[in-house]
Amino acid sequence: MSKRKIGRRDMLKTTAVVGAGFAAPMVFVPRAYAYTNEPKGATVTLGFNVPQTGAYADEGADELRAYELAAEHINGEGDGGMLNTFSSKALKGNGINGKQVIYVTGDTQTKADAARASAKRMIEKDGAVMITGGSSSSTAIAVQGLCQEAGVIFMAGLTHSNDTTGKDKRANGFRHFFNTEMSGAALGPVLKNAFGSDRVAYHLTADYTWGWSQEGSIKKYTEQLGWQTYETVRTPLGAGDFSQYITPVLTSGADVLVLNHYGRDMVNSLTQAVQFGLRDKQVNGKDFAIVVPLYSRLMAQGAGENVKGIFGSTNWHWSLQDEGSKAFVRSFGQKYGFPPSQAAHTCYCQAILYADACERAGTFRPSVVGPALEGFKFDGLGNGPTEYRASDHQCFKDVLVVKGKEAPTSKFDVLEVVEVTPRAQVEYPAEMLGGELGPYNDGTA
Amino acid sequence: MRTLTLSRNDLILLAGYTLVVLGGPIIMAPLGAGYPDLLQKFVIFGIFAVGFNILFGLTGYLSFGHAAFLGIGSYTAVWSFKLLTMNPLPAIVLATLLGGLFAAVIGYICLRRTGIYFSILTLAFAQMSYNLAYSVLTPITNGETGLQLVQSDPRILDAAAGRDYGAVLPSSDLFGIPMNGYPGFYFCGVVSIVCFYLAIRIFRSPFGLMLRAIKSNQNRLNYTGLNTQPYALAAFVVSGMYAGLAGGLLAVVDPLAGAERMQWTASGEVVLMTILGGAGTLLGPVIGAGVIKYFENIFSAFNEGILMAAFDFLPEPIQHLMVNVTSLFVGEGWHLTLGALFMVIVIFLPGGLMEGFNRLSALVAGIVRGRRDGASARGA
Repeated sequence: MSKRKIGRRDMLKTTAVVGAGFAAPMVFVPRAYAYTNEPKGATVTLGFNVPQTGAYADEGADELRAYELAAEHINGEGDGGMLNTFSSKALKGNGINGKQVIYVTGDTQTKADAARASAKRMIEKDGAVMITGGSSSSTAIAVQGLCQEAGVIFMAGLTHSNDTTGKDKRANGFRHFFNTEMSGAALGPVLKNAFGSDRVAYHLTADYTWGWSQEGSIKKYTEQLGWQTYETVRTPLGAGDFSQYITPVLTSGADVLVLNHYGRDMVNSLTQAVQFGLRDKQVNGKDFAIVVPLYSRLMAQGAGENVKGIFGSTNWHWSLQDEGSKAFVRSFGQKYGFPPSQAAHTCYCQAILYADACERAGTFRPSVVGPALEGFKFDGLGNGPTEYRASDHQCFKDVLVVKGKEAPTSKFDVLEVVEVTPRAQVEYPAEMLGGELGPYNDGTA
Repeated sequence: MRTLTLSRNDLILLAGYTLVVLGGPIIMAPLGAGYPDLLQKFVIFGIFAVGFNILFGLTGYLSFGHAAFLGIGSYTAVWSFKLLTMNPLPAIVLATLLGGLFAAVIGYICLRRTGIYFSILTLAFAQMSYNLAYSVLTPITNGETGLQLVQSDPRILDAAAGRDYGAVLPSSDLFGIPMNGYPGFYFCGVVSIVCFYLAIRIFRSPFGLMLRAIKSNQNRLNYTGLNTQPYALAAFVVSGMYAGLAGGLLAVVDPLAGAERMQWTASGEVVLMTILGGAGTLLGPVIGAGVIKYFENIFSAFNEGILMAAFDFLPEPIQHLMVNVTSLFVGEGWHLTLGALFMVIVIFLPGGLMEGFNRLSALVAGIVRGRRDGASARGA
């Protein structure tokens, strides 16, 4: 019995020939697109990339609802929502540039890797011409970088870190949401009025780009008031149990706890802080206070009773009484039966703003759509007069300082607006945060 | 050169693997998986699982910490891009070497124990690496945000060659061929074919036989006066190198490295891949990796709109019912489907999908033979 042996060279040759044969058609297929995923048919595909699992899943679910609503309104279905109050009237309710909007969805899992894989799928397989979403700054930054490389527009969803439009900004990326710098500038004076200028703060910080950014901003503005920072402790994202981090606060001598947490992390850490009796404590002769710099109604609802009287800032709140907000709350409420969160609001705005910019530009080409957004001034989307600043692709608008309501009238009515900080007070020069936009990328034609 | 030859069956296996990998874009298209990113994941995690199988499938040592080497490979590759050059070759060579180096250190310690104690030790090391990458070593790993390229990276070799990427963020390229999209997939595909070939050689070598002997009865080997530890360590290092290479390739096609790649769930994933496909078989781990990545990327993307369209032919109430039931298993519920599939396979096909294929082919062969026998009986 002799088995037929085949030499190494024969094998290599066969492999190479077979390989070349298969590879050839893929390499030489001409690509007839003027820019990445140029829509050729009667539809245009948008990619909604949100966390459906992980610490920010609640926000993600609400974001997706808002995107679906926005797609409906852009296609002329439903009651039109904020399109009726939006100052730009370019959108005609027949999709974008005459093409009907369809969308694909994906789960970012609140992880940078998964978010990029999901966004890549949308770009490479589904032909999405714009990616939007992200409920975590690290995923937003990762996906923004990817969109820049691939040559599609990225409309950031809920991302609050300075870096998104600071150190890590990209020409193809745009953010409607506010950032930690603005939160700090808005919260500072309110905290001074409420707690005085002689306080010792203890920070618990989610250990990633957003947490670092917010810790830095709050530290900067509270120290300007004369506060001291006792210590800043980093906690892993999605820790669940924060008791080991809260115990040292009790004996530290600090009299303010700043929770740089968001989503379920904030619900857990705040609930545990209250259970440990922090709010009933007296330290240095003052009532112990807790501050949650970035607030959302979803979180406040999750934390229930514990949020009463706790200060924070937010991008938008459903109880605002301007026409835009009222129209949005009405159409969101009709479709889903409850009011939208700030995450839903910013995502809805981003979808509308993108659609409007494409309509005004008359194309989906990133290098034409982007400039249509740069320096764009608009109103009627719930935040008052707003501007997309050209130098860093960041929206500037008034910031809301809110407080957990002492006597809520419904389970959604958990926050009250303490102060509307005008845009001028939170504005900063674009160079302050560093980074480089670079040129637009239309992708490989 | 007798040592470099393959038996006919192995050659067919390798040729078949080559065909499937290089024809991937065409073969996978009907399944909705024929796009570069997922194809890249298929071959990269295929490499990871094949390497893991050299340890687990042959020696029986169940490592619960292989994702650590994957992560080390990724970080190494990204640093190679940042410091040296955007060419992927140094990146993957360094990633492989560093993966092997860490495997040698960790393996040397962990292999003093066997069975569950070995698994726990590797798990502990992987979790330590993850925590180091996540917080302690933030200057090297950039923590939770992940290590990314920036325009101002030095890239010494590129600078020496006078290569300037201008104002855009560079992406990796092999002498001018960009490493994203299909070219990136073919690059990874060719590497995976080489890895598969090496795995066949290891499986068929005397060294492979020794590893199998460790699996079947290590005590007996020890009693005969043979020190098994160097063999087990060598297997551990080889599989660590495979993992490092896979991690490096992940960074080649997408220059970003995050700590979550090292988390215990990622280590668990490669165990699932191997068992799902069939531990100890050559092709099984690759198939397992493909199935899991397919679920993760395709099933998770099904939303209610797609389901509504899929059940369009049914009357409306039934359509809604079907959508409500099936939506539990797709979209964010894809883990549930994967879990159910895993249970079914472990219970009914302990040898993984490969056992299923073998049984199926035996069945078909049996039927064919039965027919032939019947025919010849009639003819007689």
